[in-house]
Amino acid sequence: MTAPVTKPAPRIVADRLHSPLRRALRSWEAILLVVAIAVFIGNTLLSPYFLNAWNLSDATFNFTEKAMIAFAMAMLIVAGEIDLSVASIIALASTAMGLAMTAGAGVPVIVLVGIGTGLICGAVNGVLVAGLGLPSIVVTIGTMSLFRGIAFIVLGDQAFTGYPPEFAYFGQGYVWWVISFELVLFAAFAVIFWAVLHRSTFGRAVYAIGNNATAAAFSGIRVQRVRFILFLLTGVMSGVAAVCLTSRLGSTRPSIATGWELEVVTMVVLGGVNILGGSGTIPGVVLAAVIMGMVTFGFGLLNVPGIVMSIFLGALLIGVIALPRLLRRG
Amino acid sequence: MTLFKSREALLALAILVTLGVIAARFPAFVAPSNLANVFNDTAPLMLLAIGQMIVILTKCIDLSVAANLALTGMVAALMNGAGVPLPLILCAVVALGAALGAVNGVLVWKLGIPSIVVTLGTMTIYRGTIFLMTEGKWVNAHEMSDAFKALPRHVILGLPVMSWIAIATIAVFAVVLARTALGRAFYAVGGNPHAAVYAGLDVGRTQFWAFVISGALAGVTGYLWVARYAVAYVDVAGGFELDVVAACVIGGIAIAGGAGSLWGAMLGALFLGVIKNALPVVGISPFWQMAISGLAIILAVAFNAAQRRPRGRLILREAAQ
Amino acid sequence: MQPVLRLRGISKSFPGVKALQGVQLDLYPGEVTALIGENGAGKSTIVKVLTGIYQPEEGTIEIDGRGVRLTSADAAARAGVTAIHQETVLFDELTVAENIWLGHAPRGRFGLIDRRAMREGAARLLAGIGAQIDPGARLGDLGIASRHMVAIARALSIEARVVILDEPTAALSHKEIHELYDLVEKLKRQGKAILFISHKFDEIFRIADRYTVFRDGQFVAEGRMAEVTEGALVQMMVGRSVDQIFPARVHNVGAPVLTVAGYSHPTEFADISFTLHRGEILGFYGLVGAGRSEVMQALFGITTPSKGACRVDDQVRVIRSTAEAVDAGIVYVPEDRGRQGAVKGLPIFQNVTLPSLGAVSRAGFLRMAEELALARDYTRRLDLRAAALDQDVGLLSGGNQQKVVIAKWLATRPRVIILDEPTKGIDIGSKAAVHAFMAELAAEGLSIIMVSSEIPEVLGMSDRVIVMREGRIVDEVSGERMTPETLVRAAAGLAVAA
Repeated sequence: MTAPVTKPAPRIVADRLHSPLRRALRSWEAILLVVAIAVFIGNTLLSPYFLNAWNLSDATFNFTEKAMIAFAMAMLIVAGEIDLSVASIIALASTAMGLAMTAGAGVPVIVLVGIGTGLICGAVNGVLVAGLGLPSIVVTIGTMSLFRGIAFIVLGDQAFTGYPPEFAYFGQGYVWWVISFELVLFAAFAVIFWAVLHRSTFGRAVYAIGNNATAAAFSGIRVQRVRFILFLLTGVMSGVAAVCLTSRLGSTRPSIATGWELEVVTMVVLGGVNILGGSGTIPGVVLAAVIMGMVTFGFGLLNVPGIVMSIFLGALLIGVIALPRLLRRG
Repeated sequence: MTLFKSREALLALAILVTLGVIAARFPAFVAPSNLANVFNDTAPLMLLAIGQMIVILTKCIDLSVAANLALTGMVAALMNGAGVPLPLILCAVVALGAALGAVNGVLVWKLGIPSIVVTLGTMTIYRGTIFLMTEGKWVNAHEMSDAFKALPRHVILGLPVMSWIAIATIAVFAVVLARTALGRAFYAVGGNPHAAVYAGLDVGRTQFWAFVISGALAGVTGYLWVARYAVAYVDVAGGFELDVVAACVIGGIAIAGGAGSLWGAMLGALFLGVIKNALPVVGISPFWQMAISGLAIILAVAFNAAQRRPRGRLILREAAQ
Repeated sequence: MQPVLRLRGISKSFPGVKALQGVQLDLYPGEVTALIGENGAGKSTIVKVLTGIYQPEEGTIEIDGRGVRLTSADAAARAGVTAIHQETVLFDELTVAENIWLGHAPRGRFGLIDRRAMREGAARLLAGIGAQIDPGARLGDLGIASRHMVAIARALSIEARVVILDEPTAALSHKEIHELYDLVEKLKRQGKAILFISHKFDEIFRIADRYTVFRDGQFVAEGRMAEVTEGALVQMMVGRSVDQIFPARVHNVGAPVLTVAGYSHPTEFADISFTLHRGEILGFYGLVGAGRSEVMQALFGITTPSKGACRVDDQVRVIRSTAEAVDAGIVYVPEDRGRQGAVKGLPIFQNVTLPSLGAVSRAGFLRMAEELALARDYTRRLDLRAAALDQDVGLLSGGNQQKVVIAKWLATRPRVIILDEPTKGIDIGSKAAVHAFMAELAAEGLSIIMVSSEIPEVLGMSDRVIVMREGRIVDEVSGERMTPETLVRAAAGLAVAA
């Protein structure tokens, strides 16, 4: 038996990149864009009320607050971690703001208390996961109970109401015409998070850790510090969302934002972020946020109850991950 | 010394100390009849914790158990309303629960979707389905037959049937986990999936069966819950999945899979049950319950991690001894 | 004599690599066939094909003249093929008896596992191989050698026609190795066909009856051990004569760069002291598990030593993290490339710049042009073969992945580079390239530590060799004492021959 002649390895020395256009066309974001356009057209055809500047502006409130958390959550999930306590952080931050308000604090202090509470909650998660090396899923299931539990201890079945009128601006104010303050904040955070995840050394470290945390540690990256900062960031963004939501609702109940963790994770996964870490983009999350917001709004116009919407979201979450896997199996 | 290293012994001790502290001020709490009440009250948690523990052993998690419970409970109530005989209802809830678990299992096994995503999704789908079936209406006590409501409360040898079902289930799964090929496979698959393949085990299929068991137990519990509290609605047992996970984590079930005992999970559930029943007795608002179980989860997982530090290769002779 | 097992035309490929190309293999009853080849020759792939883990794309497998398809580990066990693997991959949380019987446990009443039969069977199997291990002990509580015996007992618990021993002696002590030889003789007498995979020639000549040689995933030759010499086997393995492999080096060693004094770790190593000079290649030899990688990882800040000091260029450096090691100019190319070296899901250029992000960014934001320029420079220097710089590293062959990891570290302009088994599992062409490049780097004044278990590589590349055994330095060899015999004896703890 004679050994077959082997071909020598191709003598291509890698010194260039693939065409960016080719990558863009085959991307998940391109599919999301098509879906977004389809949802937009579908809504326009189904409801005569959809294509109205003020109605569309109202629709944005369905996603702006969740999307702010989703940006931070996207980075966290890209890094291979998860934070299920975000909705509970909102509850605790909102409760803290209510306490500050009751103590007679002004609007700036109330806002700082909200964001500061988010920061502290994020630090608690960060210390437990990055400091003690505990699995983030269990830790945040625990803090999910703990943070909301504290809100329940403080409030029981009561509520904080009577926030100062100026406080309403964050959730109800408009910067110009139909452009709300929340929408501007959402856009600003989208740009900031895009720059950090896709253009900064920190973002690169996040991807490296999510792909292979061991190899990242073996490459001189301070893995635990990056993880800690990510939890801190997610806590702060939850605090910001708590300010917006509390301002929009004008009240605090311990059950505020119940189930948001699921919607935020769904948004991130729908946006093309791999739940196991390592890949995903901010533009994808932005598109997913817009799609989810418009679908919710469309359902609302058609008088479909919220719980049916949540069935749709659950199915979407599974479908989005299942579909590519089904297609790959042929 | 091994006794104190044993997770189960420590937990049992913690429960006894808690009971002792309460008994010092409120001796009625540790009266046998009240302890039986506490046990009976914890039975649903124990039943679900058995299933959850098996799922966690295989490196997965099942967040849909409470929604599964609510859906099968509602179906049981509706079947009862339609005049279906009780034995048939019992078979139906087990089958439906197992089928709902199988949906999770298939998605994890055949499509390789992470279990947390699958069960987060099915959690909302199952609960939403209750709404679709009932349009949000409640099934109240007067709409349920007496036999339907009486079964879990029926007392045999001093304990209600619900407690006996929990005891029987624990006994069955103690044997399944220790003495059947499938039981050992749950440990092997989660402990070292790579080696499990070499040992001829199908990792995905083993995980599938874990979800089916978890689902079937949620089905049984669904009937017991609805019949005992004599009401069925969309939000039955809302958030209960977290208590179930908490019971397992407190019981020393490693979230990374492959390690933990049935007794640990049961003691974890009892610990939560004692706390929950003790709060009103000692005069603490039930609103504390949520924060306490959250804290218990965090402490337990930190304790687990401290016990399972990697040991390295132990190359030096003196270190190996 | 009719072979028990007959493989023909087996092919198996992975993205970027053809692991097996139409190979053949025959195993005969009562005979030991040694499968010989360098790392990357396809030995572990053929073991995985035989144990049902991999499905070959082409080829036939016959057992006793009948065609079989080994579609799973279970199917392979039922067909009578069993293997003792390179690493003891078993279950820490289960007992010894359960580990042995998992998947085929004896059944008692009601189809339940018969624990007594299981324990007795385990005790019998363990006694049969001379291991004194309690069948009821938790596997996680056992040491490496005992775990290995459990793995062997597990393999023998299956009524096997074919037994595969994949590097069975790698983690064993001298005495245990002899017990294993006795075991192999016993299996031969029982008429089992044995496939023996080993890097150690003395072992092969001692117990094998036949040989089969693979090279780069292809079948090269087979025959009887009695009719072949060591030199001829080596020739077949590498495809050229040995002394041409290593680049000629001028031993031009300068001032001390790295001084390690009394490095110790509570459980892994003790009293490690040595000096590395400018332009020097210092070899670290020892058996697998001698603690060499552990020492290197402590130098690189993965673990923290309990005692000892480290100086770079006469400056004391406290290294508690990899970032501090990189700052000190010490970098490490790990043995476990897939897990610790390359970030496979990231493109080539991002892998190369990962530790140098500070150099290609302003105020924390990356400069794409500078980043690409840096990656291009170093990948060119290493003659990396790939379609494009944004190709994922996971799609490259082992050799090219290794080049990416080395490029990554050279881009940080280190003082000391530690290479842990730098040519393990890569093809011969890339191997020679890595060796030539090491010589070039040393000539440019870089100091290199090379951990290697391959004696020809250690002797061919190093200026000096430190030998480790059980976590301690046992010998330092240079000049005329650099012979295979000295190294092997020191590593095995034998007296040095006069």
